[in-house]
Amino acid sequence: MKLFGALMVLTGGMFLASLFVGYAAISVPEGLAALIGRGNPLYVTIMQDIRLPRALLAAMVGVSLGLSGAAMQGYLRNPLAEPGLIGVSGSAALGAVIALQTGLAAAFLLALPIAALAFAALAVGLILLLAGPRGSSLTLILAGIAVSAFAAALTSLTLNLSPNPYAASEIMFWLMGSVANRAMSHVWLALPIMALGWILLAGLGRGLDALTLGEDAAEALGISLSRLRLQLLLGTAAAVGAATAVAGAVGFVGLVVPHILRRFAHGRPSTLLWASALGGAAMVLAADLTTRLILPDRDLKLGVVMALIGAPLFLHLIYKTRREIA
Amino acid sequence: MTLLTVQNLTVRRGECPVVDNASFAISPGECVGLIGPNGAGKTSLLRGALGLLPFEGTSTLAALPTRKRAAQAAWLPQNREIAWPMNVERIVALGRLPYLARGARLGPTDQSAVDAALTRMGLQTYRARLATALSGGEQARVLIARTLAQDTPLLMADEPIAGLDPAAQIATLQVFEALAQEGRAVLTSLHDLSLAGRYCTRLILMGAGRIIADGSPRDVLTPDLLAQVFRLQAEVLDTPHGPIIQPLGVLT
Repeated sequence: MKLFGALMVLTGGMFLASLFVGYAAISVPEGLAALIGRGNPLYVTIMQDIRLPRALLAAMVGVSLGLSGAAMQGYLRNPLAEPGLIGVSGSAALGAVIALQTGLAAAFLLALPIAALAFAALAVGLILLLAGPRGSSLTLILAGIAVSAFAAALTSLTLNLSPNPYAASEIMFWLMGSVANRAMSHVWLALPIMALGWILLAGLGRGLDALTLGEDAAEALGISLSRLRLQLLLGTAAAVGAATAVAGAVGFVGLVVPHILRRFAHGRPSTLLWASALGGAAMVLAADLTTRLILPDRDLKLGVVMALIGAPLFLHLIYKTRREIA
Repeated sequence: MTLLTVQNLTVRRGECPVVDNASFAISPGECVGLIGPNGAGKTSLLRGALGLLPFEGTSTLAALPTRKRAAQAAWLPQNREIAWPMNVERIVALGRLPYLARGARLGPTDQSAVDAALTRMGLQTYRARLATALSGGEQARVLIARTLAQDTPLLMADEPIAGLDPAAQIATLQVFEALAQEGRAVLTSLHDLSLAGRYCTRLILMGAGRIIADGSPRDVLTPDLLAQVFRLQAEVLDTPHGPIIQPLGVLT
């Protein structure tokens, strides 16, 4: 419970900071008034159409990545697992890249995320087909690796065949991941799909707890492993597919957040699920704030900052683990 | 009334049957030892009877829906896995999962089952220790306590005492004996024939996938059967504590 309170305060604080820190200096009372549509119309536009969707998307993307990372690690009983492993984020990125390349993305605002979602759905179908309805965790991972390798190859091919350098650089920048310059319509498109994924993933708690003892013991404890696997796959696909569709590829969150919080969750996978959801939101909000605070005029990308924060954190964790083993 | 009835159970690995047409029943009050050489099919028989492996024939446990089965029989697999750094009490409490509603916390019944299991395995002082930081034998005891916390009429264990020190081996089998005397039943595979003879009320001897003998320890642990199934030249000493097996050599 202490953990829950601390994470709520952290995430809430980050969310508020995300609303009130930015290029335009808007005081807190002015900002609050603008959020409900009062006061300076320019401020109303900034708060309602720029900062609110940005903060909401950062939080939603963080919840999706943290939750699916914790679920994936719990299912595979491997602290190095991450949501990208099943190939859904790679496939969503491919959909987005094709939308950018064909000019479809310019046709209407939501063309790009919709194309990304369609490809994510396609990837799930393909993985289900490859891994079969009843296989082990190993077949799921192999199918995921196959799908993500194929998606990465097709993404490179699209870049390779790109007719002009502008299109190529637009694609490169999109792939770095960002929640800047998004509208509330992005939130409304992603939220229902993500919420479905969150519900599916949040229901995995008891199954993941039982899996601590291995697949055989979990099954004998009354857990249906094939159902658990399907629920994990669909939940991760919905949450991560929608996150990639609106924010591009943001790495490290799903890997590092459960790793950091595991100790505070007493190692229990079910506790770690919601803890990582909140922790993921706080981390992505913090990374997005960082992009605005350092180099505000250079449009620093969220995925880049996330990796810059994530990699040293991960090194620190490796160092600590090594000391514990020794 | 029986707790488990298995009829004509066959488990195949590819075409080859690793369990061949096995039939037996377990009643309350029995502590049944499943003995046999490596590769005789002991694990496959146990897993097949639980419905964890595809099989032919019938098993009353495998026919139950998964949650009901979890309330009927606890299962201790051979490979001892504790994936995450959780403390001993939390690991043992996992045995209560089949009884908990989604997201529910441990109730007083659950907590007393966990406490009883910890006490039975002599783990009271280990409660707050990280299970992953314990020795292999201690982890094995924690996992046995986890199956005890499940508080089922039937306990099925696959080589539960492998890797335990002699005192812990005897203590564990005494717990099984006590469970049987309370009217529950235990079905466990074992490799220590003398301990099996002393603490089990009944032994099932397997060889090459078939049940070769099924009866009281004195009837099963005979020099002839040991020679035939284990290829073991052994002396069987009949003592007041039960038969003691002294292996003397390998038959070729």
